[in-house]
Amino acid sequence: MSLLASATGVNSQLADLSNKCIWSAMGVYVLAMFAHMFEWTFGSKGAVARRSVEQASLADAAAAAASPAAAAKKAKKVTVTVAAAGGGTTTLTRTALAGEGATVVTSGRGDGEQAVDGPGAAGSSERADMFGRIAISLTVLGALLNVAGVAFRGFSVMRPPWGNMYEFSCAFSLTMVSAYLILLALGKNVRWLGLPAVLAAALTLGLATSVLYTDSEQLVPALHSYWLAIHVSCAIICGGAFYAAFASTAAYLGRESYDKRKAAGLPNGPFKIPASVFERMPATPTLDKLSYRINAMVFPLWTFTIIAGAIWAEAAWGKYWEWDPKETWSFITWVVYAAYLHARATAGWKGRKAGYLALLAFACFLFNYYGVNIFITGKHSYAGVG
Amino acid sequence: MSDTELRSEQPEDAVAERLSSAPVEGDAPVGIGALGWLRWTWRQLTSMRVALILLFMLSLAAIPGSLIPQTSENAFKVQTWKAAHKGLTPLYDKLQLFDVYSSVWFSAIYILLFVSLAGCIVPRTWQFVGVLRAKPPTAPANLTRMPVYAAWRTDTDPAAAVAAAQRLLRKRRFRAHVSGGAVAAEKGYLREVGNLLFHLSLFALLAGFAWASLASGQGGKLVVEGDGFSNTMTQLDDFSGSALYGPEDLDPFGFKLDGFTDTYQSTGDHIGEARSFVAHIHYWQGADPTKLKTGDISVNSPLEIAGSKVYLIGHGYAPVITVRDSSGKVVYHDAVPFLPQDSNLTSTGVVKVGDYGQKDGKKVQLGFSGFFLPTAPVQFDQSTGPRSLFPGDAAPALVLNAFAGDLGTDSGLPQNVYQLDMSHLSQLKQDGQPAHIRLSPGEGWTLPDGYGSLTFDGYKKWATFSVSHRPGNSVALTGAVLAIAGLVGSLFVQRRRIWVRAVATPDGRTLVELAGLTRSESAKIAEELAELAVDLQDDAPALEDDAPADDESEPAGAASAPADETKE
Ligand code: HEM
Repeated sequence: MSLLASATGVNSQLADLSNKCIWSAMGVYVLAMFAHMFEWTFGSKGAVARRSVEQASLADAAAAAASPAAAAKKAKKVTVTVAAAGGGTTTLTRTALAGEGATVVTSGRGDGEQAVDGPGAAGSSERADMFGRIAISLTVLGALLNVAGVAFRGFSVMRPPWGNMYEFSCAFSLTMVSAYLILLALGKNVRWLGLPAVLAAALTLGLATSVLYTDSEQLVPALHSYWLAIHVSCAIICGGAFYAAFASTAAYLGRESYDKRKAAGLPNGPFKIPASVFERMPATPTLDKLSYRINAMVFPLWTFTIIAGAIWAEAAWGKYWEWDPKETWSFITWVVYAAYLHARATAGWKGRKAGYLALLAFACFLFNYYGVNIFITGKHSYAGVG
Repeated sequence: MSDTELRSEQPEDAVAERLSSAPVEGDAPVGIGALGWLRWTWRQLTSMRVALILLFMLSLAAIPGSLIPQTSENAFKVQTWKAAHKGLTPLYDKLQLFDVYSSVWFSAIYILLFVSLAGCIVPRTWQFVGVLRAKPPTAPANLTRMPVYAAWRTDTDPAAAVAAAQRLLRKRRFRAHVSGGAVAAEKGYLREVGNLLFHLSLFALLAGFAWASLASGQGGKLVVEGDGFSNTMTQLDDFSGSALYGPEDLDPFGFKLDGFTDTYQSTGDHIGEARSFVAHIHYWQGADPTKLKTGDISVNSPLEIAGSKVYLIGHGYAPVITVRDSSGKVVYHDAVPFLPQDSNLTSTGVVKVGDYGQKDGKKVQLGFSGFFLPTAPVQFDQSTGPRSLFPGDAAPALVLNAFAGDLGTDSGLPQNVYQLDMSHLSQLKQDGQPAHIRLSPGEGWTLPDGYGSLTFDGYKKWATFSVSHRPGNSVALTGAVLAIAGLVGSLFVQRRRIWVRAVATPDGRTLVELAGLTRSESAKIAEELAELAVDLQDDAPALEDDAPADDESEPAGAASAPADETKE
C-alpha cells in the first residue's frame, strides 16, 4: 500500500516565520540601497580629497611610534619601496621597537605617476559618510534577517533549505551580501561594493518572493541525499563570491575607460556616468586585483562543486556525466573561468580582455542558474518552477 | 600555467626574474623548410594563447548540445524534434548536432586541447625538476630595479650581514645560498607543483573516463513485486556493453523484489509530489541463490552487489488479471506491468491471452488494452479520457477494451509487450457499441459473445532497475581530488625570491640591500621583506645618524597619501 505523506512533515509556524524574515530582509536591503544612494549623491558635492581617514590614523600611529620616547627604546625602522603597476612606486614603512613585538606599518605614496584609489562613495562629505554608515548597519541587519529566513525555512522541514529555486534565491542573496560584508570586515577597500551588493540582493529576493515562491515542503526522492547539503551549498557560496568579483570587474572596466577618457580630455565617464563617481572609486589596479583574487579563491570551490555534482550523479543515476543541460552549463562556466585565469597569465590578454572574459563567465553562471532552470528541461528540472 | 611579466631589459637578469616554467612564446617560424614549420606549429599549439583559444572553443562547442535534443540523453526527444523540423534534420545530422559530445568536431577540440596540454606540461615538468636541482638564481646586478626594495647603512661587516641574512631566510624556510657576496633565496615551489599536479590530473580524469567507456556495461530490468531476477543476458530487458565488457562478463548475482514503498505529498501546493521510493529486496551473489541477504535500494543509494551497482530507476503498477474461458477454465493469470504516462501514474498497458484455446472450433486469441489508474475520479472527463488524480493508490481502477482474433505472436517476429498488433484483431461489441469496462479490485467482467470472463484480482507494484558495471571510477575520482589539491596550491601559494646583498662602501661602512620578486598579483612580498629587514637589523643595525639609502625617493609627506597596494 502506498503511504500518504501527511503535512505533519512541515512545521508551518516556522515556515511562516521564515517568510516574514525574508520579506523583512528584502525591505531592509531596499532601505540600505536608498541610504547608499544618498551616500553617493551627497558624496559628489564635497571636494574629492585624496586621503582617507584610515590612512591618516595610520600615519599618526607611525609618528607616535617614532616619537622621541619610543626612539629612546631604540626603534628599528625599514622603508620598503614597492614598484606599483602603472610605473610609479609606493613605500611601506615598518617600525619595530627593540624588545617589543609590535610593529607599525605605514603606507606612503611615492612619485606622482601612479594611480590612486578614490576616497570612497562619501567623498569628503560627512553627511554622506553618515548615510554610508547607516547603509552598512542596515545591510548587516538585512543579512541577519536573511540568515534567520533561510534557517527557519530549513528547520520548518528539517532539511537543508535549498530544494527549489525560491530557496536557492534566498540563500543566494545571503551569500552575495555576505561576500561583501566579509570583504569589508577584512578591511578591504570595498565600501563602493555596498550599493551593487544590496541592489542585487534586493532584486534576487524580489524575484524569489514574487515569481519563484513555493510553500515549504519535503523534498522529492531525487534530492534525498547529503550531497544536497554539500553540492548545492557550495554552488550557492560560489554564486555570492562570483557576484562580488563580477561587480569588481565591471567597476574595473568602467574606471579604466573613465581614466582613458579623462586622459583624452573628455568630461564624463562611459555611459554618461559622471566623473565624480569614478573619482571616488578605487584605482584600476586595486579593482582588477580584487576581482582576480576573488575569482581565483572561488575557482577551486567551483571545481569542487562540479565534482561533487558528478559524484552525486553517479550515486543517483549511475553515471558521472551525461551532458545534462545543467552539467553542460556548469562545464561551460568552469571552462570560461579557466580561460579567464589563463588569460590573466597570457601576455596580451591581461587587463580589459581578461575583464570581458570574467564578465562572460559570470553571465554563464547566471544563465546556468536562471536560464537552464526555467527554459531548458533536463534531469535537474525539480527546481520547483512552473 | 602562470607566467610572470618580464620586466627585464637586461637579458642576463632575465633568468632571475622568471618565476614560472611556462614556455616562452616564439612568434615566427625558426629555421627553414618543413621541419621549421613543424616546429613552429608545435610551438604554437603548445602556447598559452592557443590553449586559451581552445578552451574558449570548447565552451562554445558545448553550447549546441544543451539546446538541441541529444540522442545519448533522450532518443525519443530527438525523434520528435526531427519530425517537427524536416528541413533542418539532414543538415543537423551531417553536422552531428544530435550527438554533439561524441562528434568529430567536439572530439577534435578536446583532443587538441589535451595534446596542447601534454606539449606544455612535459617540458615544464623537466624544467621544474631542473629548477629544484639548481640553486635559486643569483642576485641581479641592480637590485633597485626589483619590484620591492629596501636598503640601509650599517657598521656591520658585509660578510656577517650576508651570513645573518642567510640564517634568517632559512629560518623562514626559504632555500637560500650565498653567491657573489649576496644571498639568493626562493620559496613557494608548491605553486608550480600544484600547477603541474592540476594539469596532470586532468589526464588522470581523462584516463578514468576512457577506461570506463572501454570496460563498462549497463542493463535494465523491470521486476514485479514478488518476482526474482538473475543477472544474465536472457533475463535483462536490455543491455549495452563495451569492447571489454560483453554479455558473457555479467557479474553473477540476483535478487528478489519483496516490496516497493512509495509515498507522496497529500496536501498543499505540491500535492502528488513524490516523497520517497524504496525497493526492498533479497539478493545473492555468485552461483548459490540460497545465501540471501536483505537490502534496500532507493533513488540516491544504489546497492553494490558483486562488482555491479543496482540503481532504482522507475516504478509503476501491475494489475493482476485472470481470464477464464466460457467453461470457466483459467486460461490466463498474471500480473501485467502497465507503463506510467504522467506524474499521477495514469498507466497504459495490454493483456495478451495467447493460450485462450478454441472457440466455436477455431483457434482464437484475446487481447485487452486500457488504463490502470491508482486514484480514479468518480467520472472520467470526456475530453481527456481516463486520468489518475494522484500517484498513490487511493481509489484504483482498471479500464479495459477487449479484442479477439490473432495477436500475431506466432509470426516469429519480435513484438512489443506493451502494444497490441491490431492487424488481425477485432474489437468485441456489446449492444452494437465497443465493449469496455471499468473495474475496481476484486470485480469481474463477463465478456460479450460468450468469450468467458475477466477478473481484476488486485495489483502489485513493479520497479525498474539499472544494473551498471563501471570500472575506472577510482582513477577518475583520484584525478579529481588531485586536481582540486593542485588548484589550491597553484592559486594560493606565491612563489617568490628574495635577495640580500651587503657591500662595503668607500667610506668604510656597509650598504645592506634587500630586494624581492613575485607575481604582480601579490603585495605580501613587501610585508615579508619588511619583516625580514626588521629582523636583520638586530644583526646589522641601521646607523642612527644615517638616512636610508633610498631616502631621496621618499617624499616629505610620505604617509599622508593613500597607497592601497601595500595595505592589502
Ligand atoms: C555531473 C553532475 C552534476 C554537475 C556537474 C552539477 C552541476 C551543478 C551546478 C554547477 C549547479 C549550480 C548551478 C547554479 O546554481 O547556477 C548545480 C545545482 C544543483 N544541482 Fe547539480 N550537478 C550535477 C549533478 C547533480 C545531481 C545528481 C543532483 C541531484 C539529483 C543535483 C542537484 C542539484 C541541485 C538541487 C542544484 C541546485 C540549483 C539548481 O538546480 O538550479 N546535481 N548543479
